Amino acid sequence: MDEQTKGGSFKMKNLESTMAGTVFTVNVAIGEEVSAGQVVMVLESMKMEIPIEAETAGKIATINAKEGDFVNEGDVLVTFE
Amino acid sequence: MGETKEYNDRLEEKLASVYAGGHAKYHEKMKEQNKLFVRDRLELLFDNGEYIEDGRFANVEAGDLPADGVVTATGKVNGQTVCVMANDSTVKAGSWGSRTVEKIIRIQEIAEKNRVPMLYLVDSAGARITDQLDMFPNRRGAGRIFHNQVRLSGFIPQICLLFGPSAAGGAYIPAFCDIVFMVEGNASMYLGSPRMAEKVIGEKVTLEEMGGARMHCTVSGVGDVLVSTEEEAISEAKRYLSFFPANYTEKPKQVESKAIKEGRTLEEIIPENQNAPFDMYEAIDAITDEGTFFDVKKLFAPELITGLARIDGRAVGIIANQPKAKGGVLFVDSADKATKFISLCDAFSIPLIFLADVPGFMIGTKVERAGIIRHGAKLIAAMSSATVPKISVIVRKAYGAGLYAMAGPAFEPDVCIALPTAQIAVMGPEAAVNAVYSNKIEAIEDPKERLKFVQEKHAEYKEEIDIYKLASEMIIDEIVAPSELRSELANRLRFYEDKQIINAPRKHPVLPV
Repeated sequence: MDEQTKGGSFKMKNLESTMAGTVFTVNVAIGEEVSAGQVVMVLESMKMEIPIEAETAGKIATINAKEGDFVNEGDVLVTFE
Repeated sequence: MGETKEYNDRLEEKLASVYAGGHAKYHEKMKEQNKLFVRDRLELLFDNGEYIEDGRFANVEAGDLPADGVVTATGKVNGQTVCVMANDSTVKAGSWGSRTVEKIIRIQEIAEKNRVPMLYLVDSAGARITDQLDMFPNRRGAGRIFHNQVRLSGFIPQICLLFGPSAAGGAYIPAFCDIVFMVEGNASMYLGSPRMAEKVIGEKVTLEEMGGARMHCTVSGVGDVLVSTEEEAISEAKRYLSFFPANYTEKPKQVESKAIKEGRTLEEIIPENQNAPFDMYEAIDAITDEGTFFDVKKLFAPELITGLARIDGRAVGIIANQPKAKGGVLFVDSADKATKFISLCDAFSIPLIFLADVPGFMIGTKVERAGIIRHGAKLIAAMSSATVPKISVIVRKAYGAGLYAMAGPAFEPDVCIALPTAQIAVMGPEAAVNAVYSNKIEAIEDPKERLKFVQEKHAEYKEEIDIYKLASEMIIDEIVAPSELRSELANRLRFYEDKQIINAPRKHPVLPV
C-alpha cells in the first residue's frame, strides 16, 4: 500500500474492504468516473462474491489491489480524487 | 374575593415561569440548532398534544430552574397510554439536579405501576457537579434511574429519543433502552467529552467522531435509528411503538392486512447461483404488508437485517441474512445485533421469522481475536431460548453454524420451511470437496482429469444435500414454492398465536457474552 493512501492528511476519499478475502474482479480503471452505488470491485470470500460499491460519486485516483490479491478488512482498495 | 385573586395570580405567575423554560437566549440557540423546545416535542408526541404532568413546581424556589430541567408527563400515543421524561436543555443545559433525578425516578415508578411504555426524550449535559451529593451516590440518586431501567427491561417497552447530548453517566439511559433514535448532527453519546479526552488521555477528536449520531448508528451500534430531524424521530418512534403491546402480559395488536408492495416475485429476486448476491430487502418486501417494515440498526452490521414488519396485519420480527453485504456472513457485530433484536421481540410476544441465506460465521484471525465464538454463542443462546413462535425459512444456503444461528431444525423452530432453492450443509460444495479430497485432487496430474474428478464430486455432494432428500428424512418440515411463502407464513402465524413453552425451573441461564 503506498504512503498516500495511508496518510490522514490527504483529503482523499478511500474505499475500504468490508471483509477479508481475495480480489475476484476489478471493475474500474484509474481516471474513471464512477457513480454512488457502482460496483468498483468484487471480492471472493467465504465462497461468496462480495460486491464493493462506491459510497459516493467520484473519479478513481488509485487502485491498490489486483485480481487474486488477498485483502484484509479495512484495507484501502481504491482512492478517489 | 381579593385574596382568591391573589392566590390565583401567584399560581398563574409561577406556572408561566415554569412553562417558559430557561432564558430566551437558550431558546434562540435551540432554534439555531434546529431543535424544538421540550414542550413542543411533547405536543408533537402525544395524541392531540394532550398530557398530564407531575412536579411542575420542582425547584420552583430556585427561581431560575423551571421544572428543574425535566418535564415528566403521561398521555396517549397511538391511543396507548405512555409515560415520558423529557429534558429541557434551556434549563442549565438539561443537567440533572436532585429534583430532576427524583422526577425521573417517579415517572418510571408511574410507568411501572400502570404497566405502560416509558419514553426518554434525552437532551442533557449530565450531572450538575455542584449538586453531586444530592443526586449522584444516594439511594434515589441517578444510579436508581438505571437500576429502574434494568428492572423494567422486558416488563414494559422503553424507548429513547436522543435530541442532544447524553453525556457521561447519562449515556446509560439510552444504553438500557430497547431502542435509541438519534438525530443526526445534534444527538451524541459519550462517557468522556472530547475536551475531557484531550485533558485526560491526550486524544484530540471532534464531538462527531467521539460520539456522534452517525458514528453510533453505524460503528458502535449504541444507536439504532438515525433520523435527520426531531419530527422524524418522533414520528418514527410512534411507528415503532405501534408494533408493541403496553407490557409483557399483553400481545401486539393486529391491524388490517395490506397487500405486498408491487415488485418482482421471490422467484425473480433469488439468483440460481448460490454465490451470487441479491438484495434481501427486496425479498422482505415480497412477503410483508407494504410500508410496514421498520428497520432496526439499518446502518450497523448490514450483513444481517433485523426489523419489525407485518404479515397479514400481524406484527413479526424479521432476522434476515443480507447476501449483498459481506456475502451475508455472520460477524461479531451481526451477532450482537441479532441477539438484542431477538431478546426484544421475545420479551414482547412478537413472533420471529428467520430468512436464511448464510455462508456461515466469518473465519480468520481478525474475528477469532474479536471473540467470534462467544459472540456466536450469545446469538445462538438468544435464538435458542426465545419462546415466541419461531419460523425458520431457508431461502438459499444455510451452511455450518449459520444454520444454527438462523433457527435451524435443532433449535425447536415451530417449523423449518425450505424454498426449492435451499441448500443445507456443513459447508458449500466447493469447500466440502476441497476439504475431503484435497490430497486426491492434487495427486491427479492431468488437469482435465482433475477437473472431471472435481466436477463429479461436486455433483455427488449436491445430490447428497439435495433439499428433497432432507425433506424425505424429515430434517426440514416443508418445502414451499416462493409464491406461496407469504400465505404459508400468514397461516402459521395465525395457528401459532397461542404458543406457550414452559421452561424447567432455574434462576437464569449463564449468558455466554
